[in-house]
Amino acid sequence: MKIAVCIKQVPDTANVKLDPETHTLKREGVESIVNPFDLFALEAALRIKEAAGGEIVAVTMGPPQAETVIKDAIGFGVDEGLLLSDRAFAGADTWATTAALAKAIEGLGDVDLVICGKQAVDGDTAQVGPGIAQRLGLPHVAFVKGFREIEDKRLVVERQMDDGYDVVELPLPALITVVREVGEPRPPSLKGKMRAKKYTVPMQGAADLGLEADQVGLAGSFTQVVKVFAPSHSGERRRLEGSEDEMGAQVIDALVDNQVIMLGS
Amino acid sequence: MGVIIDKELCIGCEQCLDACPFDALEMKGEIPVVGDTCTLCGSCADVCPERAITVPEVERAEDDRAAQAKGVWVYAEVRGGQMPEVVAELLGQGRRLAEQLGVELGAVVLGHGLDGLAGELFALGADVVYAADDPRLADFNDDIYCKVLTRLIAEYKPEVLLAGATSVGRSMIPRVATAAATGLTADCTGLAIDPEKRLLLQTRPAFGGNIMATIVCPNARPQMATVRPRVMKRGERREGFEGRLITVSLEAGDKAATQVLEVVQSLEENVNLTGAEVVVTGGRGVGGPEGFKVVAQLAEALGGVVGATRGAVDSEWIGHAHQVGQTGRTVAPKLYIALGVSGAVQHLVGMQGSDTIVAVNNDPNAPIFDVAHYGIVGDLFKVAPAMLSHLKQLRGQG
Repeated sequence: MKIAVCIKQVPDTANVKLDPETHTLKREGVESIVNPFDLFALEAALRIKEAAGGEIVAVTMGPPQAETVIKDAIGFGVDEGLLLSDRAFAGADTWATTAALAKAIEGLGDVDLVICGKQAVDGDTAQVGPGIAQRLGLPHVAFVKGFREIEDKRLVVERQMDDGYDVVELPLPALITVVREVGEPRPPSLKGKMRAKKYTVPMQGAADLGLEADQVGLAGSFTQVVKVFAPSHSGERRRLEGSEDEMGAQVIDALVDNQVIMLGS
Repeated sequence: MGVIIDKELCIGCEQCLDACPFDALEMKGEIPVVGDTCTLCGSCADVCPERAITVPEVERAEDDRAAQAKGVWVYAEVRGGQMPEVVAELLGQGRRLAEQLGVELGAVVLGHGLDGLAGELFALGADVVYAADDPRLADFNDDIYCKVLTRLIAEYKPEVLLAGATSVGRSMIPRVATAAATGLTADCTGLAIDPEKRLLLQTRPAFGGNIMATIVCPNARPQMATVRPRVMKRGERREGFEGRLITVSLEAGDKAATQVLEVVQSLEENVNLTGAEVVVTGGRGVGGPEGFKVVAQLAEALGGVVGATRGAVDSEWIGHAHQVGQTGRTVAPKLYIALGVSGAVQHLVGMQGSDTIVAVNNDPNAPIFDVAHYGIVGDLFKVAPAMLSHLKQLRGQG
């Protein structure tokens, strides 16, 4: 089975603090990491390969330094990688992003399964996976939390829903997006790390994908950011005082007074 | 691509660096330079005291859809014969937008056995209901749902399409936007109309809720948005209102490639964090699975849902489905109570949009207190029972 995994480089928010005044992230010196949800996508791909055999290609789009996430993927045991990088890709919304990713996956030839993380933690849109599926004309199942059956031509997966889950059969080729329940990512292997060090990441730009400059990046996007502002954090913040019993009672009184808690009904 | 900085006018004050939400500016000597992450949002130009920054216009392909499109649509999701609460909220907001634009409000409902739902949609504010009732739509499969909705968009050309940011909406609507070749803004918390340009102003949290961004889709139609549950207000019910019902038939060749074999409403998974009005969360401070009992008791007394931090979930004190935060669910309930939660940034970004936040922690320096409206420094195993007993007393149950 040939599996393509889409991964994204995002700022690592693990070690940053919120500025208590402005409630924005203090981002100085923040390192870049593989989007946490994409680690679950890589793990799912590795497990499927273990069950059904085949080859895994990790694909990312980003600035040249995003090649580090491909090297990370190689370290986890992925076979090949591909970096899509071009000044023309800058400022892409999800429509322009899927344009490039879908072309790249097409170019890999005979991909049976595309796996994406459910969303990226910097954008939180969850749009790229289903968008790629539509562009490639593949069926998709989003928010996959587990696998019941893995075969060459079909999968049976569990799809997370708001009120439980669905068991869904999908014929391959297809696309899935995964949530963390698919399994904790394994640590990179020593062998993988050695290979990652030597691995030269192949790179493609818009022209290599057969895309015009106005189909990608900011120019190829439908949406446009017109305003950015800090979220308002309304209401005063206060610390209660007294014994634990008193504070427990005080907070309930305050919530009732402010009609956050309704006593009736 | 990027904003243009006039080196003659720039005084090197660096205010633009702080204003940039995308970290796209960097000082090279005395002058800022623009990096690849610039989206031309204009935040830097707004703060520049010397007006040294200009935002270039982006040349976009001509699109005549804006002139033809008319009407506001809501996608009315159905699951197990029921419409989630967000459908009423979308129709309430859709009604307000439609009135501002002077157009009709349409609701699209897809499924099987939809009797009675059209009447409910009229009562909730729809002028027109487009209903496709077919056995092939009995289960939710993205591809066939997408195909039917995209066909309706092509035929009736709405200018706005709203859907709930639910599991179904977040899976299917991105596919529809791609099929319809238009823009989509995910997880909106604010929607308004720019009356001059007739554009939908779509506001959403970005970077885990640390900034808010307002996004437009200037040329392509429909302007599509998924909207967070429990943000918009439902409208006045119009009992007995009869709008136009348009019955939609599927084509002979329509068939889903995927097949739903089983629908499981599991107890463990049935934690509707995103839709909850009250969330009571336990962190590492609860000490173990036993400690979640008091969390659950308080949640139950308040009609809420139990949340957990990643630390508590990773320690296997409670299931993944309860996790709030960056790798779990993002919540914005009316009331959020954090018990023994220290407030790692990954947790804060998943809950700081809550209306009222109460935090109980024995560490007075815990970061959770920075976002808490009511901070209680103390032992949660004393404070939470005190809250419970006082609540019972006020309700006359004590």
